[in-house]
Amino acid sequence: MSGIIGKKIGMTGIFDENGKNMPCTVIEAGPCVVTQVKTKEVDGYEAIQLSYDDRKDKHTTKAMKGHFQKAGVTPKKVIKEFTRFEVGHQKKFGDVVDVSVFIEGEFIDVVGTTKGKGFQGVVKRHGFKGVGDATHGQHNRLRAPGSIGASSWPSRVFKGMRMAGHMGNTRVKMINLKVLKIYPEKNIIVVKGSVPGPNGSYVIVERWS
Amino acid sequence: MSKNKHLEFIEGTVELKELPSFKAGDTITVTYKIKEGAKERLQNFQGVVLQRKGGGPTETFTVRKISGNVGVERIFPISSPFIDKIFVNKRGVVRRARIFYLRGLRGKKARIKEKRV
Repeated sequence: MSGIIGKKIGMTGIFDENGKNMPCTVIEAGPCVVTQVKTKEVDGYEAIQLSYDDRKDKHTTKAMKGHFQKAGVTPKKVIKEFTRFEVGHQKKFGDVVDVSVFIEGEFIDVVGTTKGKGFQGVVKRHGFKGVGDATHGQHNRLRAPGSIGASSWPSRVFKGMRMAGHMGNTRVKMINLKVLKIYPEKNIIVVKGSVPGPNGSYVIVERWS
Repeated sequence: MSKNKHLEFIEGTVELKELPSFKAGDTITVTYKIKEGAKERLQNFQGVVLQRKGGGPTETFTVRKISGNVGVERIFPISSPFIDKIFVNKRGVVRRARIFYLRGLRGKKARIKEKRV
């Protein structure tokens, strides 16, 4: 695996060589710094810790200041661990990772946190159709879920029954997004399709191979 | 909302074609390329511009014409590589930027006053 932390900038469309209008997401990614290397002997597992985006000094705790000072970098906002990195892509303590780990045309995954929708009913949350008629005796149950089970058997509601509840604000991974463009001097990746989360939210761009 | 500088940069990489200026109410002819297998030919679409939507390279415009007795509308992305050229036939006088009211009008009512230059 190779990965990098980035920020979702927004969506636009660009035309490919066949003249097709491709919906695409612009991601500003990296440069990230390796601020810790975890090893089997010390930590019980192998991983590298990447840090991205500057954090103000006054918002950084003393402990974290020391942590970043060790790597010789300014305090960072986002810290993520990346495990099982590819052979040949192993990074050392203090290394800088930027978008050049990816190539144009390859397929990558993007992890983000979806927009929170709050407490939602079954029509929005699970795509229920609601009650089809507003008339014929129906009264204020246009978006009701209907029956949630039988009576004497099973005398309970089955686990996993789709009901109203909190929607969104979950970690979602979009897999196999094509990399359309890479601009290493501007730290920008352009991927085909959409990416979870609002503009300006942090995402993880990764490649499993 | 102002656009992010990175988004502007990406959109700046799209080459904008030199097109004549036109707005809603104008009658234009769009010459666009059609791919049929390996061959490419040109086709015209003449009609009234209903709206221009969006900005920058993602801007689109809608053209409406009456074909036979049926209204036909086509939406063209302004930076589409398939657009060969655009010719403005007539400048119309309309009071709004999006003239969807034209859809409900037929025959003599659906005329647009021509701008005298």
